[in-house]
Amino acid sequence: MKRRDFLKVCLAGGAAATFGGACGTARAGGSFEGYPDGMGVLVDTTRCIGCRSCEAACNKEQKMPEPKKPFDDMSVFNQPRRTDETALTVVNRYEVKESSRGQMYRKQQCNHCNEPACLTSCFVNAYTKTREGAVIYNGDICVGCRNCMIACPFNIPGYSYSSAFNPLVKKCIFCYDTRLKYGKPPACVDICPQEALTFGHRKDLIKTAHERIRETPDRYYDHVYGEKEVGGTGWLYISSVSPDQLAMDTSLGNEPIISNVKEFLGTVPMVLSIWPALFSGIHLLATRNKDHHDNDTSTHTPGQEDGTP
Amino acid sequence: MKSDRSLQALIPLLLLLAVLLPAAGWGISVPDSIILNKNGALYDQISFDHARHIRVTKECSDCHHHTTGTLVEDPNCIRCHRNSGPSQTVSCRGCHTPDPFSAKSLRDKDHAPKTYHLDKPGLKGAMHQSCVGCHTKSKKGPTTCTGCHPRSAAGDAFYNTGEYAPKPKAGKSGH
Ligand code: SF4
Ligand code: SF4
Repeated sequence: MKRRDFLKVCLAGGAAATFGGACGTARAGGSFEGYPDGMGVLVDTTRCIGCRSCEAACNKEQKMPEPKKPFDDMSVFNQPRRTDETALTVVNRYEVKESSRGQMYRKQQCNHCNEPACLTSCFVNAYTKTREGAVIYNGDICVGCRNCMIACPFNIPGYSYSSAFNPLVKKCIFCYDTRLKYGKPPACVDICPQEALTFGHRKDLIKTAHERIRETPDRYYDHVYGEKEVGGTGWLYISSVSPDQLAMDTSLGNEPIISNVKEFLGTVPMVLSIWPALFSGIHLLATRNKDHHDNDTSTHTPGQEDGTP
Repeated sequence: MKSDRSLQALIPLLLLLAVLLPAAGWGISVPDSIILNKNGALYDQISFDHARHIRVTKECSDCHHHTTGTLVEDPNCIRCHRNSGPSQTVSCRGCHTPDPFSAKSLRDKDHAPKTYHLDKPGLKGAMHQSCVGCHTKSKKGPTTCTGCHPRSAAGDAFYNTGEYAPKPKAGKSGH
């Protein structure tokens, strides 16, 4: 079962148990434009050279553990990687047929959705979408249920198991605490030599993106990924090839994820509605967490991942 | 690994172009070499061989757009700059700011919505796009980071490389 499907079943199960299907009041999906002053980043993959400076900058800014390999070691590109508890952003390399270069790179991190599925799926309200556009979370509230991990359409949140008693979600927070709050761009944007990352107001970035495409149509595929997807995201992507060639999911649609269950999520005590389904889910997940890690950690149990026996 | 905030603050690799006077009649003051990355923390400064690049490029406009008064071919530029002649400002940093994403830079943009060149890369972005772009396209010249500028000790620490490369962990066998 796919993770998203699993969540749907989880939620539907909870909803059915409580309401018997009375949750049909879908919102007008995709109508929320985010906060008017919300910031974002336009990722122009035509400029990215795969130098991994953004990964190094993120590692230092967020005080992440020492990486397994140096940040100038390009052998990491041999395997596609995903974000996890040790790396809040990763750059992957893609073999692209139509591109004159043959190879393209794409940085990925939390996209800071306008209507974050992680936020709506969190039943203790650990998540906040800030006025500046960042999706942040409060680790003290997080109970480690990993709902957000399943809900996220971009497979972003990772989990830290450094303490078996206090598992904690880990994901990009747009450098909110140290930079965004003070009007500064995140560390990755600051360091990017190619200015593949453009920081600005989301509404301006959308214009910028379309303008780049209009001015140099030969350089770009005419789509701004994240303008509409899942109700819009703070981080946007433009590219010389179609999004699917850079492993961007084109099947997500423009409706916010689980917008149809949002209303009752907001009004019903979550404890009653989804816990029964959740408990079975947590158990199922706890036995399946190896899915979310690189192959080379899959032989370890969660308690061993910090290297302590 | 030590996380050095002051180092982070310097990261906008203040690519201070040494001289390049923003003088009209630019012919008087074409420098043979320019010190780049003067205040860089992660990479050392380098002396850019301007004279050599003048020899190997076809036109000044390959790097300097319309500013030297040579013909531009880009249809987007021709719309305004077909006959605009040499500009007052020719140096990279004369137009490309070292801090394109500071609160002030963003505010300035907000207050000049009619400006055409709103989506202008910062100094670091402009230079790297120009250098790496041309080196890649012409298959001549370095395209890697250290191909142009040697990494400093602070840079090695930052990239967890060289002396600061992660040591293989004892006891984590089975990989
Ligand atoms: S990308 Fe995933 S983790 Fe980030 S805000 Fe959207 S749903 Fe949440
Ligand atoms: S720092 Fe910029 S150019 Fe380098 S890998 Fe990251 S996004 Fe690409």
